[in-house]
Amino acid sequence: MATKVTMEALSPTMEEGRLVKWTKNEGDPVAAGDVLAEVETDKAVMELVARGDGVLRKRLANEGDSSPVGTLLAVIGTADENIDSIVGGAGASAPAAAQTGQAAQAAGGARATGPANQTVADTKEAAGQSAVPASPAQSQGEASTPPQQKAGGTGASPPAPRSAPPPPPRRPAAPPPQQQKGNGAHPTAQSAGGRQRTSPLARRLASEKGIQLGAIQGSGPGGRIVKRDIENARAAATTGMARSGAAERLAAEGDFKDVPLTQIRKTIARRLAESNGPVPTFFLTAEFDVSRAAEMRTQLAEMGDQYKASFNDIVIKAVALALAEHPEVNAHWLNDKIRQFNRIHVAMAVAVEDGLITPVLFDADRLSLWEISAKARDLAKRARDRKLMPEEYTGSTFSVSNLGMFGIDQFTAIINPPEAGILAIGGVEEKPVVIDGQLEIRQRMRVTMSCDHRVIDGATGAKFLQTLKGFVENPLSLVI
Amino acid sequence: MAVVTYRDALTQALREELQRDDTVFLMGEEVAQYNGAYKVSKGLLDEFGPMRIVDTPITELGFAGVGVGAAMVGLRPIVEFMTWNFALLAIDEVVNAAAKMLYMSGGQYKMPMVFRGPNGAALQLSAQHSQAWESWFAHIPGLKVCTPGTPADAKGLLKSAIRDDNPVVFLEGEMLYNTKGEVPDGEHLVPIGVADLKREGDHCSVITHGKMALVAMRVADDLAKEGINIDVVDLRTVRPIDVEAIARSVQKTNRAVVLEEGWEICGMGSQVVDFIQRECFDDLDAPVLRVHQEDVPMPYAKNLERAAKPDAAKAIAAIKKVMYLD
Repeated sequence: MATKVTMEALSPTMEEGRLVKWTKNEGDPVAAGDVLAEVETDKAVMELVARGDGVLRKRLANEGDSSPVGTLLAVIGTADENIDSIVGGAGASAPAAAQTGQAAQAAGGARATGPANQTVADTKEAAGQSAVPASPAQSQGEASTPPQQKAGGTGASPPAPRSAPPPPPRRPAAPPPQQQKGNGAHPTAQSAGGRQRTSPLARRLASEKGIQLGAIQGSGPGGRIVKRDIENARAAATTGMARSGAAERLAAEGDFKDVPLTQIRKTIARRLAESNGPVPTFFLTAEFDVSRAAEMRTQLAEMGDQYKASFNDIVIKAVALALAEHPEVNAHWLNDKIRQFNRIHVAMAVAVEDGLITPVLFDADRLSLWEISAKARDLAKRARDRKLMPEEYTGSTFSVSNLGMFGIDQFTAIINPPEAGILAIGGVEEKPVVIDGQLEIRQRMRVTMSCDHRVIDGATGAKFLQTLKGFVENPLSLVI
Repeated sequence: MAVVTYRDALTQALREELQRDDTVFLMGEEVAQYNGAYKVSKGLLDEFGPMRIVDTPITELGFAGVGVGAAMVGLRPIVEFMTWNFALLAIDEVVNAAAKMLYMSGGQYKMPMVFRGPNGAALQLSAQHSQAWESWFAHIPGLKVCTPGTPADAKGLLKSAIRDDNPVVFLEGEMLYNTKGEVPDGEHLVPIGVADLKREGDHCSVITHGKMALVAMRVADDLAKEGINIDVVDLRTVRPIDVEAIARSVQKTNRAVVLEEGWEICGMGSQVVDFIQRECFDDLDAPVLRVHQEDVPMPYAKNLERAAKPDAAKAIAAIKKVMYLD
């Protein structure tokens, strides 16, 4: 049976992708997992891999073409298989509609002996799912994509943590496939009615491994998630630090505490949002003395390259430790509750050509300064090379942004929802400071924390900065 | 180990048990002077005489009833049916007398007897004589039902059946009598109710019994060449069923195909699948599939008969389907 190669949603927010380069030619034998092409998403250049074995029979997109998620890009089949019906069904202008047709075929084929209405229902599911862009680790499978878990916030925020899939929604009466075609133009039009199919084993394995089923596309009949899909997801999640599964990190039980909203908290949230846009932000600025940190940096550098640490690394480490003492700051606003995380995943903004991206240092409080330094360097480099995996730039619980290297002494940063805070770091400057009545020249750094007032009150944020100041100004505390 | 035919293995079992216990006797149509319709009782009349190897008239209900009575008074009868298709005439004695006696007599009468004979389709014997009956008898509390697929299992199970104090329905494969296999030398007993893992693999479990065990082993060997390694769980006994063996295998492979000779509806596979879905639900990566005879009376025409029977190709297709390889 032929495998359709479709434009996959390779990042959480991707709606279309540009085919940068084909890495296989028509007629090349391919095995599941082989890289077929490089695709530029809204965030990075990603690899599109084969989901089936056979021969790359037909390429339907040219290098440089942009296509919406779900568009048929190529067909893998056996060397002598007739693929005319598949190729013919691919309307370039309406990929979702084309897929509906294929889904009908696939569902019909898989259920040849089933009652007719069931086939129609299957078709609807497959069709509805097929067009949904969303999470990492998408694949073409037969014809469908599982419905996606709604992310807790917007943009690149992580999916709302959960350990089990939601109960299947009541299946609405299924309109005939033809009607679907008409509706299929909008890629997400059918997403609500879909039910994710998972084999019992796959469900159990996912639950045991803390893998979110919503982030996986099933390769079984009708998009069923089966054991091999979980194993592939596991393999992806464990091949190096590159695939560290942001959703997985935040989903585990005990990794967070949900705080119900009190009336006063609800009122604060509503009133402040009315006043100040969706995220009612206020700013706290403090100046830290980093003379000792500077001395420490010099001494560390003398010990050898592997001990080198930047001010940025030092601040990240200090932020992580301070967050550990102030879980109320290490939190997400989830509209009906505040989620305080027990684990600390610090995102750092990295400027890239045309924009910025926020790779995440997971469990930063448990990383040594050297580890932070090495990881931050690696992430920043790969961010600039656009080689980050989606799991590497989602899932943060707090963010830092540093413009010190541009000579900025102080600025305010925009909160990345649903996070509750971001710390803007200015440059280190020598300044005259009065200490014990004496004028001294000290190294100083100004930081400004943007706080979501729905989550963090002024005093809460100030106490956090106080703790942070303690760590930064006594940098030995960061290396013991 | 000696290589013997399934037929000779059964003869060995009969001879050894007739020698071992003089309350054991064999009766049925043509079992004595003709040496048995399938020659399973060859030489036994000469060795044990007409009191213990007894020819009967063509009266299945009658001699089955005689067997029940003999068992009630302390003998250990072995009742041979020329085929199980003929045994339908005797089913009242099997189901209503033999299977119920211990229960309805309040434990006063044991029923240490064996009903045995060929079961399942051979070649072009048409609709009335090409039927596999194991699910009928497996349905009945009070019976044990053996379905050996190899000479060793045939011998070991028949000896255990003769020694069992309960009525045992012993279904031999008509097409198996000439098949050969190694049989352990000396005393060889196979316990009733214990399955045997005939082939080992991690990719899929094939659960089967009787003649289909041979098909499953051939399938396993063929698939091994493609790199697909399957467990062949030969139940050997379909009542009681070795559910632990099924669970062990399915929990390892996460997928199963049930292969049987009989029809689909209420076949042995229904029971196996029921067990798997209950005990192995969280281990399943695919729905369990069944391979069985088509739901029609067995056609006489050779091509149609072949199409109606379960075979290796159908089994391989099912295995690949549950492995999501098709």
